[in-house]
Amino acid sequence: MAVEQQRDIISQVAEEFGRSPARLLDVARGVHARLGHLSEESIGFIAEALGLERVRVRDTISFYHFFARQPRGRSTVYLCNAVVERMKGADAVAKAFEEATGVKMGETTPDNAISLAYTACIGLSDQAPSALVNGIPLTNLTPADVPMIVETLRKGEDVSSLPQAKVKKNLLKRGDIVFGAMDPGAAIRKALALSPVELINEMSVSRLRGRGGAGFPTSMKWSFCRTAKGEAHYVVCNADEGEPGTFKDRVILTECPDLLFEGMTVAGYAIGAKKGFLYLRAEYEYMLARLETVLARRRDAGLLGTNILGKGFDFDIRIQVGGGAYVCGEESALIESLEGKRGAPRDRPPFPVQKGYRNQPTSVNNVETLCCAARIVEKGGAWFSAFGYEDSKGTKALSISGDCERPGVYEVEYGMTLQDMLDMVGARNVQAIQFGGPSGQCIAPDGFGRRLDFDDLATGGSVIIFGEDRDLLEYMRQFTEFFTEESCGWCAPCRVGTTLLLKGLEKILEGSGTKSDLEALKKLGATVKAMSRCGLGQTAANPILTTMENFPGLYEARLSKDEFIPSFDLAKALEEGCAVTGRNPDLEEKHA
Amino acid sequence: MSNEKMTILIDGVAVEATEGQTILQAAADAGIYIPRLCNHKDLLPGGHCRICTVKINGRPGSSCTFPVADGLVIENDTDELNAMRRAIVEMLFVEGNHYCPSCEASGNCELQALGYRLGMINPEYPYQEPKNEIDATHDDVYIDRDRCVLCGRCARASVQLDGKRVFGFDGRGLGTRIAVNSPDGLGGTNLSVDDRAATICPTGCLRVKGQGPDIPVGQRAYDSTPIGSDIERKQTVKQAT
Amino acid sequence: MAKPKVATGHFTGCFGCHMSLLDIDERIIDLVELVEFDKSPINDIKRFSGPVDIGIVEGGVSNDENVEFLKQFRENCRILIAMGACALNGGVPSMRNTVPLKECLEEAFLNGPTVHGGVIPNDPDIPNLLDRVYPVHEVVKVDYALPGCPPSADTLWAALTALLSGEEPGLPYELVKYD
Repeated sequence: MAVEQQRDIISQVAEEFGRSPARLLDVARGVHARLGHLSEESIGFIAEALGLERVRVRDTISFYHFFARQPRGRSTVYLCNAVVERMKGADAVAKAFEEATGVKMGETTPDNAISLAYTACIGLSDQAPSALVNGIPLTNLTPADVPMIVETLRKGEDVSSLPQAKVKKNLLKRGDIVFGAMDPGAAIRKALALSPVELINEMSVSRLRGRGGAGFPTSMKWSFCRTAKGEAHYVVCNADEGEPGTFKDRVILTECPDLLFEGMTVAGYAIGAKKGFLYLRAEYEYMLARLETVLARRRDAGLLGTNILGKGFDFDIRIQVGGGAYVCGEESALIESLEGKRGAPRDRPPFPVQKGYRNQPTSVNNVETLCCAARIVEKGGAWFSAFGYEDSKGTKALSISGDCERPGVYEVEYGMTLQDMLDMVGARNVQAIQFGGPSGQCIAPDGFGRRLDFDDLATGGSVIIFGEDRDLLEYMRQFTEFFTEESCGWCAPCRVGTTLLLKGLEKILEGSGTKSDLEALKKLGATVKAMSRCGLGQTAANPILTTMENFPGLYEARLSKDEFIPSFDLAKALEEGCAVTGRNPDLEEKHA
Repeated sequence: MSNEKMTILIDGVAVEATEGQTILQAAADAGIYIPRLCNHKDLLPGGHCRICTVKINGRPGSSCTFPVADGLVIENDTDELNAMRRAIVEMLFVEGNHYCPSCEASGNCELQALGYRLGMINPEYPYQEPKNEIDATHDDVYIDRDRCVLCGRCARASVQLDGKRVFGFDGRGLGTRIAVNSPDGLGGTNLSVDDRAATICPTGCLRVKGQGPDIPVGQRAYDSTPIGSDIERKQTVKQAT
Repeated sequence: MAKPKVATGHFTGCFGCHMSLLDIDERIIDLVELVEFDKSPINDIKRFSGPVDIGIVEGGVSNDENVEFLKQFRENCRILIAMGACALNGGVPSMRNTVPLKECLEEAFLNGPTVHGGVIPNDPDIPNLLDRVYPVHEVVKVDYALPGCPPSADTLWAALTALLSGEEPGLPYELVKYD
């Protein structure tokens, strides 16, 4: 493409977003969609169109997984290689793609038709193996499906008509709170009859705690945010569910977007915001059109926009699609991304409720939390707090996958034991439960009496079940590898530590680890946990540390009895040199 | 900003602090050194290296970013924290390609000095040996990315002190690299050798050209006095008066 | 009581650490009073006479001969000390580690600007190169490490005399240097 033409396209895209530097992520997405990748030249033109320095544009776009910097095929297959996907056969599907296309994962076919790439969890662990092909999800893939998919792509046809392009809802248990029946506007009507303080008091009565996993009381968050001084206040809904094995937001966003938007509106009223953002993970872009339709319908119904329900309250919502970065699920990283920057978390304090989006008071809430909030306004805090257990009120939407008969989304009351959970989904002969995803903990059967409870087992909702035949530590290795790929790189202990954790674990899994290697790995884990800047680094060692604690035998069985085993392998070290000189390595040769 | 005085406790010692200060600043004013690398007194904190992590009321946090509040109880000079700080220094050594013997910054390098102060003999972790680009396109300044610790000082200094934006980051995770504001390398940017950014690097990564190791061994910044001694000296003065 | 035996060895490096050892000047007279030197380039003894108390090795591990001799040191020495930057982390020779060996050899022997009609040496008498230069602790277990390029004579003296008197060779601030 001619340079001038490229520049014009980029200028047009920038114009769509008002040439606002804060919309850099959208502009980059738009340019990427039109030109297929973001070249050095494109970076320059984007910088020019937005009045930004080139290095600033590069800083942002180089951060996100879905922005290619080199030209790629007309179609891209992003095969998901998350743990559950690999448990369900993603490796065989990858091989089938390689065979059908004649290129390796990470490469592009010579005719530029297809690029193959891996991607982390795309929220389809309940129908794995899965892939995103040109943004469209394909599910329950088998190697036998692959030739047809490749053929379709080669012909340049749309994959959305393929039988695999079907996302099952898999909502297997509806509770009364998140997945109950919904009358759009019901919560807003009640909310606007209350003062913001009364509304927050109702949240306080409900004892609602954040559903992202941290469990911070929502009433407190809103109250802090409401009273924080600022030029504007903002509501941000975190729909960046990237924790491997989580997909409940996928179901909420398709099943009850009205309840969610109602929750955001109610939150806006409570904290004094006129603007809300739904930060939608890039993997869920296929839901964008429908969500926009719902927003438009709500504007038409007077539930969004200016003078909502004629009560003088203005509030509107914009959907921001991400660029592919797990760390953007961390609220301050999400805010950075929303501002058009790389998704590097911020140091706290100040907290987002004090200085969030554009340094203004911002309440960042999980999708499910906002749904609960809407329901609380509708039905009352006391009604809500009748559900649940001790200090964990209400219900939780769980994403359950792995070795069980009925993977899917289940809305259950807090207080449920893990054993009841396993019975509910038809899981038998269970070796371990990865509770809360890789950043959570790996629990052995002696812990299956524990309950879903903020004060014992807090979770964002990811539950991965490992049957007794699984090589558990291999999956911990994959989780650790995931963190190395998703570490944002801002802080040293996480950036380097995650890779060192992976290498340390691999040494043990290869059978060349000693007791002192195990001790060193434990110490390293503690360092990465204590010294990292955000939740990613602080939990990245959890797969290793929690299995060391709950499955010590698995490690001991792999340890060598020797005192020292070198990482050095003479035969391997000689391979390259001997290949160049044409000599044979004589491993026994005595020079002395 | 008000000048409200408050007291924080660092390793059991009461330290006077002023509202708006960070823990690291208040400690430094009192002659207490908290090890740090990415921090620089003339720059806003970046929070990259985490070496200045202390325990704040029992929880780890970076002292360069954490504002003082009356009554905070800080742990700083403990074996546990110093071991973890040393671990981070070791991580930085194995992450890059730091050949001290052939580096012009040796003896005046803050990374090296932290290794000395924190008792690193040799990194315990495996060397990553990444392949990096050297940028020698600028007439007066070069970038040797082998020695970069991604502290972001140059990037912050360029914006905050020089009113430019010469530097930024590229990539993420272990693949993060320092980037410059030109497709043609540093020489294509408006960096001047007189910019603060040109000389604010704590290691030998960003260096002015034509300057060899001109200070004799034995007289370099950290040959005989540990990094942080300047801060700790203030405490001696204070106690003497 | 027999004097403790010390052996020293040299792998891929510049011999600077051994030079530094000789730099202890007149203290070398004290040293030979204290210890008996076994295999060492200093006395040109090529083979171990038997087990020794302390082995000190200089240099990184860049070829199969280095590996073999290093293993001999480990087998024969009760305490093994890695001496100097190359032994500790590969040092200057390890600057080749970020370039594939094939490229290094081709640049040196085939494509370099001063090479005419070159060949990559393949004589069976020369050691086979390893893919990278390894620090000694990645090949054998090392008991103590003395940093420096080279470690100063004072460093070596302090460490040796401490070990000989049965103490840990802890070094004061001024003697720990990576360069």
